[in-house]
Amino acid sequence: MPLSAYLVLAALVFAIGLFGVLTRRNAVGILLGIELMLNAVNINLVAFSRFRADLAGLIFTLFTIAITVAEVAVGLAIVIVIFRVRRTIEADHLDLLRG
Amino acid sequence: MRLGSPELALIVLALPFASFLALGLIRPLRRSGRPAAAISIVAMAGALVAAALMAWESIAASRGLNPSVVWAWLPGDGGPMASVGVWVDGMAMQMCVLVTLISLLVQIYSWSYLADEPSPSLGRYYAYQSLFAFSMLGLVLSPGFLQMFVFWELVGLCSYLLIGYWYHRPSAARAAVKAFWITKLGDLGFVAGIVMLWAATGTFDFFPLFSAAESGALHVDRLATIMFLIYLGAVGKSAQFPLHVWLPDAMEGPTPVSALIHAATMVTAGVYMIARAYPLFALVPPVLTLIAWVGAFTALLAATMACVERDIKRVLAYSTVSQLGYMMAANGAGEPEAAFQHLLTHGVFKALLFLGAGIVIHHFHTNDVFRMGGLFLLRPWVGGAFLVGTLALAGIWPLPGFFSKEAVLAAVLNARFTVPFLMLIATSFLTAFYMFRVVFLAFFGHAHGHHQHPRPPLPMDAVCRGLAVLTVALGVRALLTTHHGDAPVWLPWISLTWAAAGIALAWAAYQAGIIDPARLSAALAPIDFLARRRYFLDGLFGAMYRIALLGLSRVVGWVDRYVVDGVLNALSALTLRAGDAARRLQTGQPQDYVYGVALGVLLLLVWAQLR
Repeated sequence: MPLSAYLVLAALVFAIGLFGVLTRRNAVGILLGIELMLNAVNINLVAFSRFRADLAGLIFTLFTIAITVAEVAVGLAIVIVIFRVRRTIEADHLDLLRG
Repeated sequence: MRLGSPELALIVLALPFASFLALGLIRPLRRSGRPAAAISIVAMAGALVAAALMAWESIAASRGLNPSVVWAWLPGDGGPMASVGVWVDGMAMQMCVLVTLISLLVQIYSWSYLADEPSPSLGRYYAYQSLFAFSMLGLVLSPGFLQMFVFWELVGLCSYLLIGYWYHRPSAARAAVKAFWITKLGDLGFVAGIVMLWAATGTFDFFPLFSAAESGALHVDRLATIMFLIYLGAVGKSAQFPLHVWLPDAMEGPTPVSALIHAATMVTAGVYMIARAYPLFALVPPVLTLIAWVGAFTALLAATMACVERDIKRVLAYSTVSQLGYMMAANGAGEPEAAFQHLLTHGVFKALLFLGAGIVIHHFHTNDVFRMGGLFLLRPWVGGAFLVGTLALAGIWPLPGFFSKEAVLAAVLNARFTVPFLMLIATSFLTAFYMFRVVFLAFFGHAHGHHQHPRPPLPMDAVCRGLAVLTVALGVRALLTTHHGDAPVWLPWISLTWAAAGIALAWAAYQAGIIDPARLSAALAPIDFLARRRYFLDGLFGAMYRIALLGLSRVVGWVDRYVVDGVLNALSALTLRAGDAARRLQTGQPQDYVYGVALGVLLLLVWAQLR
């Protein structure tokens, strides 16, 4: 399979993730969308690593996965705290920064 | 070592200034009252001695000889633009003696007159007095227009401070402000004139200006305009029509202050300045003619107002305005010597009259001449002194007023100013009338009320007697030294006759009761009507103030309120609106921000593709 097939897959996954982030009202759904976008990046990194015979891409991917896990942990913790305080995790209701 | 005149002049100048600094800077001394007064009096006495020595030493020095001490103030190409220092000629020396003498006598008199004042304000009074004397002496000794202007303004400031000495009285405060502003009106012309003169000639100093003027080397465009502007300063200071309105109101100050302002300092400054700068004025005959006409008109106008005034001090104030008119007329007629002689003699007897009036006011506790009477029998010495002053002012032989007034009249006649001459003759009739009106009402006539009055304190009495003796002595000296020059023989008889007629009319109306004063005023109804209302000049000034100044203020206020403020309000409202609109971009919804980021990235991509 050519490189472009992997890149198209990654772009599709990224677009789906972005769509999820923009349209989901549930904070957990938004987090899921972010996960998808990050994994699209991972696909890109691995694909380039493979086709260019460069191990740096794999190393980056490992870092990204680790950071993603940490991010999900922190994100979910925030969601739980928000739920405790506001009794909701609907993003529409979380507009304390409105000008 | 003998001190030369200029050094003595510096001492004359330094003593009152040192006294002022001591009283002004050392607070406990100023608030101590009597010691402060003593210091001021001693300094003034020292200045008088120095001035007298100076005059005695160089009594022969005439105008041609000009010993001076000057330092360059503003250096310029080809000689200094302005100098400071002293310029001692015969006129300045005589003026110094007059100023120091009158200041000293007034300060001694005030020692008793203001005895009831609290100590702090007495110290303040004497500090002002010292500054006043210093300012006038500095003006008199000025070697140039610039120094003269500085001291000129200082004199104005001091008169403001002293007229408003009882500043807690609204009328006194208003009179002080009025005096200050009206004289400032004239000073505007003065400062514009000297600056224009400097622009044309490059110097403020008298000596180069006068020598150029006398040798005919002074070529200045529009010299008449310049000299007219300088003359305006004298109009304000010397209370010439139409800026004379401040002087009668200046009576709100303590009586000794009035004596000082009227006799030696302040009002004489204008006459002195014209006499001093006469070499320049001599080049512009039209301005001289104007000076003579305005002077004579002022003399007559003020005399008519004095005839209907009930307040003894205001009568004297109008008489000062009137006599200043004489002096100015002599200046305008080309005889500054005559003007200056009249200034000197008038200074002495006007001080006498005011200080005498102070005793009278102390005695009766009123300024109204119609509520006085019979003082001559109670206090013959005071009455006698006042009578001497009155006769001198009326121009009766052989008192000094007679000789100096003759010189003025002769000067005006010789200059062929017929109408001003007639006005001045009429004024001498009115002068005799209104002064003897006061004398008959206050010193003869019936005594009102019979309460016991204390004797006037010794200093006040002594000062009056001293001035009376001095007046007589001056008259005798004038009698021995005056030789009739080119005046017609009939002139003294004419003016004496008119003066005697004035006295006779006053006697008939207010003493003998032959003529009813009410019928007299009814016969001259229009003039009486106008004079009692001071020719509506105060009202005119008030109306000018209201229409011109308040109108302008309203326009300026409208512009400020609606144009300047309007622009600012519009700007701030616009900022608020814009902020409000921009605020709505911040929805607080995280997803909107992500939309923004995504849109931005898309735009960047598109831009990168199209580039």
